[in-house]
Amino acid sequence: MRRARVIYKGAVVEAYEHERGLRLADGRIVTEDEVEWLPPVQPQTIFTLGLNYADHAAELSFEAPKEPLVFLKGPNTLVGHKGETRRPNDVTFMHYECELAVVIGKSGKQIKAERAYDYVAGYTVVNDYALRDYLENYYRPNLRVKNRDACTPIGPWFVPKHHVEDPMNLTLRTYINGDVKQEGSTRDMVFSIPELIEHLSSFMTLNEGDLILTGTPKGSVDTKVGDVVVTEVEGIGALENTIVGDESFHRS
Amino acid sequence: MKQLFVKMRGVEQPLHGQWKEGHDQVEVNGLDYSIDTFPFDLPTAGTVFGTLLNYKKEYERLAPKMNEAPYNAPPKAPILYVKPINTLLAHQLPIPLPTGYEEVTVGATIGLVIGRRATRLSKEEALSYVKGYTLVNDVSLPHESVHRPAVKEKARDGFCPIGPWIVAHDESMNPNDWTITVRINGEVKQTIRTNELIRNVETLLEEVTDFMTLSEGDVLLIGVEGDLPVARANDLVTIDCPAIGTLENRVMEEKVIKEVYV
Repeated sequence: MRRARVIYKGAVVEAYEHERGLRLADGRIVTEDEVEWLPPVQPQTIFTLGLNYADHAAELSFEAPKEPLVFLKGPNTLVGHKGETRRPNDVTFMHYECELAVVIGKSGKQIKAERAYDYVAGYTVVNDYALRDYLENYYRPNLRVKNRDACTPIGPWFVPKHHVEDPMNLTLRTYINGDVKQEGSTRDMVFSIPELIEHLSSFMTLNEGDLILTGTPKGSVDTKVGDVVVTEVEGIGALENTIVGDESFHRS
Repeated sequence: MKQLFVKMRGVEQPLHGQWKEGHDQVEVNGLDYSIDTFPFDLPTAGTVFGTLLNYKKEYERLAPKMNEAPYNAPPKAPILYVKPINTLLAHQLPIPLPTGYEEVTVGATIGLVIGRRATRLSKEEALSYVKGYTLVNDVSLPHESVHRPAVKEKARDGFCPIGPWIVAHDESMNPNDWTITVRINGEVKQTIRTNELIRNVETLLEEVTDFMTLSEGDVLLIGVEGDLPVARANDLVTIDCPAIGTLENRVMEEKVIKEVYV
């Protein structure tokens, strides 16, 4: 069953899908608009993949990497479903990245690809925004681009792995204000989920609760203040986020 | 007398301590202990962020290449990276040298431990958000290029010793005027002065919290100085800052550590 973490009447509770909205762990049934959505998982280490779809790499004029291009981000980046993400006024190109996120279920090191799914707890959806104006060629993509507060919407659901028949064959779609802008499939990843788990655990321990953001296919276009961006992964969920401007933060 | 936050192995709550600069005894919850034998645990619990190119010597070393590919321009904003939880290691525990590697680099630095959620700080108020200071060894596999994130080089298990404790910030302290000494097997290999920082502690906090929030317990490393000392299997690495204390860890082959623990 797909599950979420929400705030209802001032308390954090676990919630499940229900025909009338959400069923809270304590039995109450509420509508989706009555709750504030939190990130469905609280990860420790967050791994992110750059250029993990060949068509997206080509779109950004890069060759697909020979080894996974991995970087890390902090928990300050996460924001729940129906959250807001700031677009600073000096930014000319801020694009979404619809991604399947893998939640690690148990710790391991030197995991072989054949056994990798044993270490997966489930999946969720992320939108890993990039503010390209802030890109610098030092530890690129640098944290000023990728580690901003609320720049990584996540959710709405955590989906246990047994609900997902083949995570390597899911359609990804991004909509801006209802129009499809990006479409791809997880089968086009350069490095598959098992390969990523094998690679990362070959040199460091993966821990329960770690999160791997598996990259985005081509179709990244600019977003504007006021845009409602929905990133959707087939069977996992549709994650909504709204772009807000500096004015909301009293920045000039 | 320095006021300390001490984490003792096997005790969940943080303990209050006191220590006089240079002394080999520490008082924890009213009792005196030898620093040599006290079972220190990791004193911090939040996300650890490192800072690249924040010392003049380190910066000048790369400067001739900054206008060439792949860098193409000098850096503008602070360049940060994450030291994830698998890297974090307490004082006196062995640093695993991965199989197949001969040496690691020692990145001696100071960790600013954040006391309360810090967003958009000004320089003037920045230090009031710092709970205290700890010593950190930002260990890496040697690497020259800083073009791509160095996860494989910097995020290995046990590659971020922290400790032995947190020295509580008070207004008499100036973290921009401290000296850090790195010794390997007792021999001085590097002396670092924090007055050589490009962005001093307050400026770094201001510029970092402009784009990201640091939460209570997070640790921001102020940077590592160029010409990093190198340590090999069985080397004892001692990082000393009179204002904070001494962090010491021995590098040991990964497979040897496995035998110690099994």
